[in-house]
Amino acid sequence: MKLEWHRKIKDLLDTAIYIKDIKGEDFLSISSLIEDISKVYEDFYQYDEKFIENFITQVENRLKFIIDEGEKTLTPYEIVKITRHPQRFTLQDILENVYDSYMELGGEGELNIDPAMVCAKATIVRKVGNDLYFHQVMVIGHEKGHGEDFRQGGSAKPWGNEKAFRYMKMAETEGIPIHFFIFTPGAYPIEDYPGSTQQIARNLYCMAKLKVPTVAFISEGGSGGAEAIGLADKRLMAEKGYYSVISPEGAAAIEAKLKEGRPPRELVEKCAKALKLTAKDNLEFGIIDKIIPEPPLGARRKDYEFFRKLRFELIKATDEIILQTRSLKFLRKYVLSKQDTEEFKFFVNWDLDEDEIEILIENRYKKYRKMSQWAVCEPKSVFKTFFDFGHTLSLKFKNEIKYRILRPSHKTFKKFLDELTSESSLLLKPVSDPVKTVYNLIVGKKIKAKIPTPILTEEEITPYTSPLALEDKTVTCPSAEKYGCPDIWVPDLYGEFCGVCPNCGYHFPLEYKWYLNNIFDKNSVKTFNDDIASGNPLEYEGYAEKLKEARERTKLKSALLSFEAKIGGISLVAVMLIGDFRQGTVGVAEGEKFIRAIELAKVTRRPFLALVHTTGGIRIHEGTLGLTQMPRCTMAVRDYVDAGGLYIVVYDNNSYAGPVASFLGSAPYQFALKSTRLGFAGPRVIRETTGQDVPPDYHSAENALKRGHIQGIWDRRELRKKLFLALLTMGGKNLYYR
Amino acid sequence: MKIEYQDLNLMLQKFRTNPYKIYPVLTPHTGYIREFKVKERDFVKGPSGKWLEKPGTPLFILERERNQKVIRAKISGEVQKLRIDLLNKFVEAEEIILEIKHPLSQEEIVSEILLSALYIVKAPETARYTLSPSLASKLEKQGIGKVKVKKGEEILIMAFMKRETPIYFPEEGDFVIYHVYFAPFQLVERDQPLIGFCLEENLPHLQKIIERIKEEWPKS
Repeated sequence: MKLEWHRKIKDLLDTAIYIKDIKGEDFLSISSLIEDISKVYEDFYQYDEKFIENFITQVENRLKFIIDEGEKTLTPYEIVKITRHPQRFTLQDILENVYDSYMELGGEGELNIDPAMVCAKATIVRKVGNDLYFHQVMVIGHEKGHGEDFRQGGSAKPWGNEKAFRYMKMAETEGIPIHFFIFTPGAYPIEDYPGSTQQIARNLYCMAKLKVPTVAFISEGGSGGAEAIGLADKRLMAEKGYYSVISPEGAAAIEAKLKEGRPPRELVEKCAKALKLTAKDNLEFGIIDKIIPEPPLGARRKDYEFFRKLRFELIKATDEIILQTRSLKFLRKYVLSKQDTEEFKFFVNWDLDEDEIEILIENRYKKYRKMSQWAVCEPKSVFKTFFDFGHTLSLKFKNEIKYRILRPSHKTFKKFLDELTSESSLLLKPVSDPVKTVYNLIVGKKIKAKIPTPILTEEEITPYTSPLALEDKTVTCPSAEKYGCPDIWVPDLYGEFCGVCPNCGYHFPLEYKWYLNNIFDKNSVKTFNDDIASGNPLEYEGYAEKLKEARERTKLKSALLSFEAKIGGISLVAVMLIGDFRQGTVGVAEGEKFIRAIELAKVTRRPFLALVHTTGGIRIHEGTLGLTQMPRCTMAVRDYVDAGGLYIVVYDNNSYAGPVASFLGSAPYQFALKSTRLGFAGPRVIRETTGQDVPPDYHSAENALKRGHIQGIWDRRELRKKLFLALLTMGGKNLYYR
Repeated sequence: MKIEYQDLNLMLQKFRTNPYKIYPVLTPHTGYIREFKVKERDFVKGPSGKWLEKPGTPLFILERERNQKVIRAKISGEVQKLRIDLLNKFVEAEEIILEIKHPLSQEEIVSEILLSALYIVKAPETARYTLSPSLASKLEKQGIGKVKVKKGEEILIMAFMKRETPIYFPEEGDFVIYHVYFAPFQLVERDQPLIGFCLEENLPHLQKIIERIKEEWPKS
């Protein structure tokens, strides 16, 4: 009995320390309580049994009171602290307590490709009456560990995310559902192969059309790291979990415009509140599907009741996804929705046939397409809605007839005709050849007219000269010391040289209008969806003013411009992320405009071009509503590319974080202009996460090319020509659809 | 090649009386000096950081064709002989605007002494170099200052594009290896030092001098 009490006191001490860590040492005299418990724990054998028994009861009551009080006043930042506490449950605890059996894949413990990312084949048991049913699932998730340094706090390295990618594909091959567990403060932001940005984009692209049901459970959902395994059919979230576009510390560093060091604690707490990162907020926004309740102040490693609940919810969520794809489902769906006990009333077979897989993927697309749409700021009128609907319908109808009915028949007929001509020519050759030779001798050989190919001429553009060129002065090239570049006369630099140093090729930044006028054919740029405006859905303090200032300064309503245009007569749909508007960050408006543009390209069977003037990542002021544009837009990209479209991305200036790690990075053909900087996180974030400095050229286009992220580096002076050639080369005969 | 003990002593004496090196800061081109960012006797820093990515202290602004160029310190030290009189005046190219009095560190003094006291074999081409296998194994066993070389002995292998060329020691006399300036297979620019050799008889003097430098000067 004594030993059991000793253990009990240790548990009480751990609980008290946990409360102190979350609520602070001044909270309801928790520090003095810790001292009392420690004293009794250390001198345990000096006390008699009665004292110990009374002491345990007293402390239990006191702790219960403190926990209840702590729960009432729980702040968002305290929730962040809960998710990061070493006593919180981790994936290892879930594997041991939720699943019946499991086997870790791709390494074990420290002997691992990446100990922060765990993949395991597991069995989960469903009890129906007295019968037990075993389901096989693939478990993929972050492992924070209980204080082990090698886990990097659950920050998956690029090769960890690549491991997740491989096992997703394996689960798809085997046809078993995947359960994702997100316990990460963010991805490990290094560009070593396969690169953070590239691998997250690849994972999102893969998850968009995984042919198996996927359920994600979020405890700590930090930005891009969470998205790498977060695109799921159902997203469950722990009640005391957080899911955010950026860590509160990161947001505070941006708010305080810090280049070095840590932001003040008050600002971090303020940002945690403003980011609306709690489970309740995310459910309200429609980002997650369900909250899994936790005991007051969060579940810890020994909260077995929580694990039982989690097991039930995981099976239930998988069942719901499966039933959505079935034709005969209504009764079971109803019973399942009403069910809250942990015993199931029926068994659901988790195998899907081809038709069901198609429905599963379609449901997934619809789910993410709808997500965050409520936050789109767009003037609404019945007439406009009706007109848009009619316009889309007529476009679809016209193009369906043209490309689905007429073109395939034309192609089949042409193919048949070609075959017939080739065959008959062989048959007739012995007879026709001598006749043809004699004829050619007498009349002379005729040269067949070539099929005309699109030609690019400079006269087709409306040359635009930057207002920067109006100044009568010289500037110094930043690489002057290295390459000995002479000073450049500004009218030359921003005029004839297109902002490029004639000596070393350094590219000076230019305004976005230059690209619109100097790349595309004269009067061919026709913008659309200009009315969709960036808003302030989180009501982030001080952001409305910043937004207003950006709108007035740029005369734009969002950072993304969507338009139809032509290059050398090739018609295409394009978007451009503009650096002048909130550093080209992506929020709900930009995401929605991107999706609508790519959908238009899909309907009208045209190539799709994304020009990145600059992008600073996902807009932090829109929280997870902004973050969710990563999976949303990537799904639209996947849908477009799979349907036969040609998608090209061209980067200029600075392109960082979320957009590059999703809908831009997942493009099959990516190019960058010289002097572009491209990556996942800036040097400060890398230094804070990895503890190491990166060389100044770490994010350069040359290194991105070396790492295989981009396919080529272009000169801005040749951008129009290069784009035209890329469209012809990459598109070829499939330029207007495969 | 023989170095007298007094010569080295004299050299040390020189460093002791004036442990500085003066770096004049010149105008890179013509223009007007618009602003001085430093004062006389200010301490300025040269480029720093692992990759020298942090620029040096701004010294003055030189304007030409309305292009204001910040001229920065390339070495750390104290500002002296600042030409305040040139403020807002036109200056020609390569005109001295100020001097930076750079305090020599222990490593810099040792390096200066070694460069004048040792027989240096320089890189004949920009290529990758490695010690000859026999010399490398001797150096590993015996250590610096103990491996003797003779005229005509293969000392280095120059490797470039899979082409390997041996380099032989060209001098007469009893030389020992004193300093190796490169890491194996590292790309070395043409005319950069590869190995420093010391006459065996000079060795005790040289070591004594270096010991004294290490005692007298602080490390950088």
